[in-house]
Order: sequence, then structure tokens, then C-alpha cells
Amino acid sequence: MNPNQNIQEKKEPIISKKFILEIKDLKKTFGNNHVLNGFNLELFEGENLVIMGKSGSGKSVMIKCLVGLMQPDSGSIKVMGKDITTLNRIDLDELRTDIGFLFQGSALYDSMTVRENLEFPLRRHKHKFGNISDTAPLVIEALESVGLVDAIDLMPAELSGGMQRRVALARTLILKPKIILYDEPTSGLDPITAKEIIELMKRIRRQYKTSSLIITHDVDCARVVSERMILLVDGINYAEGTFSELKASKDEKVKAFFK
Amino acid sequence: MLKSIIIKTFLIEIGELAYFARRFFKELFKKPFEFKELLRQCYSIGNKSLLLVGVTGFIIGLVITLQTRPTLEEFGAESWMPSMVSISIIREIGPVIIALTFAGRIASGIGAELGSMRVTEQIDAMEVSGTNPFKYLVVTRILAATLMLPILVILGDAIALYGSFIIENTKGEVSFQLFFNKVFNALEFGDLIPATIKTYFFGFAIGLVGCFKGYYCEKGTVGVGLAANSAVVFSSMLLFIIDFIAVFVTDIFFEI
Ligand SMILES: Nc1ncnc2c1ncn2[C@@H]1O[C@H](COP(=O)(O)OP(=O)(O)OP(=O)(O)O)[C@@H](O)[C@H]1O
Ligand SMILES: [Mg+2]
Repeated sequence: MNPNQNIQEKKEPIISKKFILEIKDLKKTFGNNHVLNGFNLELFEGENLVIMGKSGSGKSVMIKCLVGLMQPDSGSIKVMGKDITTLNRIDLDELRTDIGFLFQGSALYDSMTVRENLEFPLRRHKHKFGNISDTAPLVIEALESVGLVDAIDLMPAELSGGMQRRVALARTLILKPKIILYDEPTSGLDPITAKEIIELMKRIRRQYKTSSLIITHDVDCARVVSERMILLVDGINYAEGTFSELKASKDEKVKAFFK
Repeated sequence: MLKSIIIKTFLIEIGELAYFARRFFKELFKKPFEFKELLRQCYSIGNKSLLLVGVTGFIIGLVITLQTRPTLEEFGAESWMPSMVSISIIREIGPVIIALTFAGRIASGIGAELGSMRVTEQIDAMEVSGTNPFKYLVVTRILAATLMLPILVILGDAIALYGSFIIENTKGEVSFQLFFNKVFNALEFGDLIPATIKTYFFGFAIGLVGCFKGYYCEKGTVGVGLAANSAVVFSSMLLFIIDFIAVFVTDIFFEI
């Protein structure tokens, strides 16, 4: 069975026309560095949206504003109908359990084993699973979906880059998020490992029924996973469309991405 | 010109540190409490500095006794040795020197640990997984340092007095009982209590500065080294300022 075909078939029914994520006129400046100048974005429920942009164009800044790690200068950010810039700490923490965030550098807790890494998000949010006392089945389940059950007692330093990325992915899955934000999921990996991660992303989407926002400058990754794409240039959404639409574009700045 | 810049940056640092401390006290009393992590930090801090404090204390005791003995002998006042050594160790030298070694070990350790967690985005990862990293990482470490340093100082003081006894015993043939009798006769609560209260502030300052430097660490791996380094320098400096204030206040209340 061709995995791509599988995705194609499933694509239509999964996506609904409801926004799960909405960014309006987002602005962020560091000193004289105007990083975001009015960025807009809508993510539909069940959709895979890819954001592409040059290094330093503010992709990470945008995604960090999205989860409240950075405060934007102006603009509104709505996650599942709630404006995250106005939430208090407790509500924000609660909302964050519905958002998975895969960091650019994996960001595993290096003083903890893989098991403890995965248990960490559960410490304060067991109520999501009916206050279970034994979290082991959840840990195993998340590790199974990334195919790394054997690594459960290893330290992050003992894992390869690709394995670290997969453990990090398992850690974002453990709270069963509705949205996953991928910050360059394939950066720093060799092409074969990158492909594995992409396959994993597709499988996770089917298994967990998530909506995903994927930041990347890997054209291959964008081609395979995207249903819609936004190009981030000069701090705004410069162009929008499907992969093939954008690839056929005549605009010089858009063409530069596909060379 | 250069001096005014240095003073200005120092004052800004103090201001930011005060703000950080305010956040600590705000979060300290908010639920949920991280008891398990607090115990783990206490253990790790105690474990890391125990040997260092022991050795430092012992050597302080030896050195002070060796250095002062000839002078006292000149005046025929060797019998004052235990009282003199104990008062100087308990009141001032023990707390300050042990706090300084503690700062070298713990402030730099915390600074480097939190700093590297910051630059590798581990703190951000905690934040987005819905756990408050300030409570989990900072509050527990500051509290652990505050609680552990007084215990370590008392232990270090005891070892220092023992070191002093060894010299007295070999040079002056003073018995264990006599030595410690004289020590406890010389010491009053007015010596012990202010000295112990002072060490809580020392511990707090060391934990606070270490966490502050690490938590706001910048600029990659260079920043981590810088955070560790400046945590030691800044906390040592703060120690002397606190010590000065403590002695000043004690002077007013206890009229030594
Ligand atoms: N905390 C910060 N303080 C100051 N400037 C920052 C900060 N974070 C990001 N920037 C600046 O914002 C700009 C965008 O950074 P960002 O990390 O979002 O880039 P990116 O698009 O994610 O690039 P890459 O593909 O390399 O990850 C950069 O010029 C960077 O210098
Ligand atoms: Mg980035």
C-alpha cells in the first residue's frame, strides 16, 4: 500500500471548516529588528499547514508567541477560541496541554531518563486522564507510537539525534494534544532519518487526529506533509496556497524557495 | 566614566535581582508545592558540598590556631586559646568562609545547570507542557540552598573547632574535655543566634543569584559559562554586603 495514497484518501473527511488556531496582525520587534509586521494565519481543524521562511525570518518567534513563550507587541492569537495573550497562568497552563510543541533542538531534559522525560508533563495534568496513579501505560503508548519502547531507561545523551527527536515527539504526544506545532522537525537530521520523522508525523496525525502547524525549510518535507502552505517573508504571510500552486508561482521571492 | 558605568550596571543588577526575589516569594506560597523536588535538591546540594565544607572547616580550625598561638604564648595567655578561636570561628570566620566555598560550588552549579537548560530550550519545554518552571526549578533550588547552608555551617564550625582542638592537644596538651568546656563557656546565645540567622540569608543569596543568572542566561554556550562565573562573583560580593549589614544590626541589638 502506498502511504501517500492513504493520506490522500483520508484528507477530505478529516478537515473541517472550523478554525482551531487564528493569528491576526501579529507584530513583534526586537530593538530595531522588525521580525513580524502583521502576520496572519488560520489553521483549520484537522489540517496540516506548513510555514516556510528563510532562516531568521521569525518562524520560531511566531510559534513561540503562539504558546505564550513570548509576548507579541500587538495582534491577537486565538487557540481554540481563547485569546492566549489575555489568559491567566492557570488557564494558560491548561490550554497548553492541548498544544504539543516539538522544539527545533528536541529540548529533552538531559538530567532525566526517557521515561522521566515523558512522565514530566503528566505530573501536573493527570486529571486529563481521570487522575490515574499509574502512568506507565501512557508512557509506553506514546513510545510505541514513535517506535522507541526499548529506549525507555536510557538518558537523552545516549540517544542519536533522530532518536532524540522521536522521544521529544513522544513527549509532546503524551498529553494527547489537539494541535501539534512542529518547529523544523527535520532540521539537523540526515535525509533518511528525516524521512522517518515525516512518516511518523503522518502516522501520528492519523492515530491522534491532530491538527498540525509545521515550520520547515525542507522542501521535501513541505511537499509530503502540507495541505496548505504559507510563505513567511519580511514578517508577513507573503504567499499562500497548496504546494503545487506555490511551486508554479512566477513571483521571484516565492520561486527562491523551490530552487 | 568607567566607574559610573560599573556602578550603574551593578545597581541595575541589584534591581533585577530584587524583582526576581519578589517573584520567588510570590510563587513560594502558591500551590502546588514541589516537595519531592525540594527534597531532591536539598540532598543534591548537601551531598555536593559536604566534603568541601568538612575539609574547609578543618583547615580553618588548624590554621587559625597555629597562627594565633605564638602571639598568645608571648603574653602567656594560651589558656585563652579555645575561647578566642571559638568566638572568631562561630561568629564570623566559619559562616563567611564556608558560605564562600558554598557559593563557589553551588551558585556556579545552579547557574550552569539552569543556564544550559535555558539555552537548550528545556525551560521553555517545561513551560509549554503546562508545568511552571519557576516553581519547579527556581523555587526549589533557592529554598534548598537557604535550608542547607545553615546546617552545613554548623557542621563546618564543629569540624573547625575539632581541628583547633587537635593543634591545642598536640602543642599545649589540652584535653578534649577541657577544650570544649572552655569553648562552651565562652560562647553565648548572642554569638550563636545572629551567626545562624545570618547563614540563612547567605544561603538565600547564593541560591537566588545562581538561579537568577542561570534562568536569564543568554547567547548560547558562551552564556552558560558566563552565567556560572558571574553567579559566583556576584553572590560572593553579596555575601560580604549581607555580612556587613548583619554585623551592623547585631551590634545594635546584642551590644557585643
Ligand atoms: N529573544 C530574542 N531577542 C532578540 N532577538 C531575537 C530573539 N529571538 C529571536 N530574535 C531575532 O528574531 C529573528 C527571527 O528569529 P527566529 O528564531 O524566529 O528565526 P527562524 O525563522 O526560526 O530561523 P531558523 O530557521 O534559523 O530557526 C532573528 O533575527 C533573531 O535575531
Ligand atoms: Mg527557528
